[in-house]
Amino acid sequence: MATAEDRVKADIEREDALQGIGCSRKRKEDPRFVQGKGTYVDDVKLPGTLYADLVRSPFAHARIKGINKEKALALPGVHAVLTAEDLKPLNLHWMPTLAGDVQAVLADEKVHMQYQEVAVVIADDRYIAADAVDLVEVEYEALPVLVDPHKALDPDAPILREDAEDKDNVGQGPRKHPNHIFNWQVGDAEATERAFDEAEVTVKQEMYYPRVHPSPLETCGCVASFDKVNGKLDVYITSQAPHVVRTVVSMLSGVPESKVRIVSPDIGGGFGNKVGIYPGYVTAIVASIVIGRPVKWIEDRMEHLSTTAWARDYWMTGELAADKDGRIKGLKVDVLADHGAFNSHAQPTKWPAGFLSICTGSYDIPVAHVNVDGVYTNKSPGGVAYRCSFRVTEAVYVIERMMDVLAQKLGIDKAEIRRRNFVKPEQFPYETCLGWELDSGDYHTALDKVLAAVDYEGLRKEQAEKRAKGELMGIGLVTFTEVVGAGPSKNCDILGVGMFDSAEIRVHPTGSAIARMGTITQGQGHQTTYAQIIASELGIPSEEIQIEEGDTDTAPYGLGTYGSRSTPVGGAATAVAARKIRDKARKIAAHLMEVSEDDVEWDIDRFKVKGVPGQEKTMKEVAWAAYNNVPEGMEMGLEAVDYYDPPNFTYPFGTYLCVVDIDKYTGVVDIRRFYALDDCGTRINPMIIEGQVHGGLNEGFAVAMGQEMPYDEEGNLLGNTFMDYFIPTFVETPHWETDYTVTPSPHHPLGAKGVAESPHVGSIPCFTAAIVDALAHLDVTHVDMPHNAYRVWQTLHELGADKRD
Amino acid sequence: MAKQHISFSLNGEQIDALVEPRELLVHTLRETLNLTGTHIGCETSHCGVCTVDLNGVSVKSCTVLAMQAHEGEVTTVEGLANGELHAVQQAFIEEHGLQCGFCTPGMLMRAQRLLQENPDPSEEEIRWGMAGNLCRCTGYQNIIKAVQSAAKKLQQEA
Repeated sequence: MATAEDRVKADIEREDALQGIGCSRKRKEDPRFVQGKGTYVDDVKLPGTLYADLVRSPFAHARIKGINKEKALALPGVHAVLTAEDLKPLNLHWMPTLAGDVQAVLADEKVHMQYQEVAVVIADDRYIAADAVDLVEVEYEALPVLVDPHKALDPDAPILREDAEDKDNVGQGPRKHPNHIFNWQVGDAEATERAFDEAEVTVKQEMYYPRVHPSPLETCGCVASFDKVNGKLDVYITSQAPHVVRTVVSMLSGVPESKVRIVSPDIGGGFGNKVGIYPGYVTAIVASIVIGRPVKWIEDRMEHLSTTAWARDYWMTGELAADKDGRIKGLKVDVLADHGAFNSHAQPTKWPAGFLSICTGSYDIPVAHVNVDGVYTNKSPGGVAYRCSFRVTEAVYVIERMMDVLAQKLGIDKAEIRRRNFVKPEQFPYETCLGWELDSGDYHTALDKVLAAVDYEGLRKEQAEKRAKGELMGIGLVTFTEVVGAGPSKNCDILGVGMFDSAEIRVHPTGSAIARMGTITQGQGHQTTYAQIIASELGIPSEEIQIEEGDTDTAPYGLGTYGSRSTPVGGAATAVAARKIRDKARKIAAHLMEVSEDDVEWDIDRFKVKGVPGQEKTMKEVAWAAYNNVPEGMEMGLEAVDYYDPPNFTYPFGTYLCVVDIDKYTGVVDIRRFYALDDCGTRINPMIIEGQVHGGLNEGFAVAMGQEMPYDEEGNLLGNTFMDYFIPTFVETPHWETDYTVTPSPHHPLGAKGVAESPHVGSIPCFTAAIVDALAHLDVTHVDMPHNAYRVWQTLHELGADKRD
Repeated sequence: MAKQHISFSLNGEQIDALVEPRELLVHTLRETLNLTGTHIGCETSHCGVCTVDLNGVSVKSCTVLAMQAHEGEVTTVEGLANGELHAVQQAFIEEHGLQCGFCTPGMLMRAQRLLQENPDPSEEEIRWGMAGNLCRCTGYQNIIKAVQSAAKKLQQEA
């Protein structure tokens, strides 16, 4: 007879065999990828495919006087050259943006930015298409260029968007100037002013968050294939949101949504860049509809960096009011946002500045006010969430920087000032003064764990000793709160579609299963982790669960993968759909064992009759019965779908610490240590979580230490190849140390919160904090990114810190 | 311009192809020979997703003319496994050395060549030896672990 100990061991073995939640299951995606068998968009080959290439403007602001296609059309192998004039009869020369504005598909009489799409060439292969692009003659009349957003609202500023000049609203409320896009305010302005008037201490800091580009290694592209016989349009596309693309393509093209099939195949990284719809996609689709053959458009790196969606470009001013002990009484944040030539900011419709109002961070702040003005300039359009949730990166940056500025002003340690202002564990759920309900958190524990792990006291001592010797060492500390999992449909939608997500699970008669989701992986490992969720919920080994995403003909409608929403929303849908199946399976099991449903309990992979050892039915047995022997009145089959509308966002958090040594003569920053503790609630696959954290940290490092997209006075983008635009290599990248705590989300079915973006959001201010901390004794309160050696040296030189004795 | 005949060994098999003189090797591999494991990322030799072996050295096939492969020997990621996965392929899976997979073929091709150049590289040597291959997803740390683990395995087999 089995002893209790044997039974426990058997249970553990049974559970391990499932490879469910909590195990570091190896990725199902990998065997294909390591053998070169991935299918990315450029790998899609359809018979008879033609190639599209774009004629782009060399000017940032100019009137188009004429376009001559003759020479291009005369080149053998060229099928068509299309301009705005050709798209006008189809009403496709402009397209709507996600932010309620419009964007030119092909320049309509004017160009508003360098590299703007002016004409599309369709040819037999990509070489001929590129040759033909050079043969299209465009005559421009240059216009005055607006590059500096601070001058956008001047009375004599050149008016950029003549198409919108008379509109008093370009999608996001009233505006006060033809170059003004929106004003957005949150919070109680009056009460905030009062708090500042009455405060013992106030601090103010201006900071610029540079324009940066997510730049995944795969650029954007698509293959559009319109079948003239049956009227069906297939589009293979680099999209993080294929279902939304289907809706938009149907609305734009007039092809019924049922005849549009969007496929996001393997995607070579997205990081927010592949959420929007770009002119190149639309031109390829139009060309395919017109010509009746498949058309492939794949941009090159320069096109990618010059025209597709970037992030940030926020000129921010932060202000804190506090008492002498550093307890915060009020926060003000004022932002000038440069959105470029078109407002193609990607965010839920009702949030012109995304989730910037999460800027009270991890702190108990009684009152705050946020003011944001968005303006047009002659630069590429954008404002996407580069590995973050809609401007949360900017929010975390401003509050974390301000905490340090306040600490320095008051002479309080940077860890201590955070501890004094943290929302306390017993205060959760905590409603912030700007309207967010932080679902859960334990900030003190996370901070303490990190300080102990790195010997914070010892580091501060070492820093003091080094300073005495004239050496520069800095300790950056950040205690961030993220907001992810957009989001509740009551306040989150994309073009009117609520931001739910979905899962559809089907258990086959022999007990294996297939599941399809509305999200789409771009490297996050969904094939692996979604199967783990189902394995734990249904007792089916994850190896026997097939996960599919990205084909709108088969997957249920979902809003896609960005803003760390796959686990919080898609993962929740998966768990709920699985539970629906388990509920039905329980009824079938009770029927099979001829007992009441109340007498049946779930145990890892089977149903047992309570108190009757040995009387049980495995999920496999139940699955078989679901197709031949179900209780009377029940329909056959074992499947479920769930469209999950989250009741709240989730709020992952963490404590990051960075130690740097700066060479005061060269400005070279050595990142000696980076310690990242993340709390993403329940951990589904620790191996994948750690990988996501490494990657997020590296992208944070890239932004903080080198990425920027500078423009000269004529609107020329300086730095749109990998020669100039910083992507860290193996050599620059520091070693990452990771750690975690677990504070489950109370409202998520699994307690999971999402993780991939926290390291990006949290690390960027941490690098800046470390550099500023190294210079804090020189009365430096802030230094703008990027912290490349030249810029750090400039700061040192201005301070006279680089003088040799 | 008239197409030129080239002949080369591709993953151990003799290949004849007609190419334009200006045609890049990566396009010949991907378009003409249908080996799409080799990717294109930057077209300026910076990112390394197009890395293949040409005559025993790592090259970035986006900036090599197909004609330069004439009478040469080319290995792509499709030629790496020999019945079973190559040690670097296996190690990348074991150590979670890939995420989106786009840089992976180039990474693997560089890793296997690096380990022939230096069978027992230190972390520092791996970082410098692979610096021509970019990854946006992994933060490199697990790739380094994978290369180290593959080095160990290959040495044991040797």
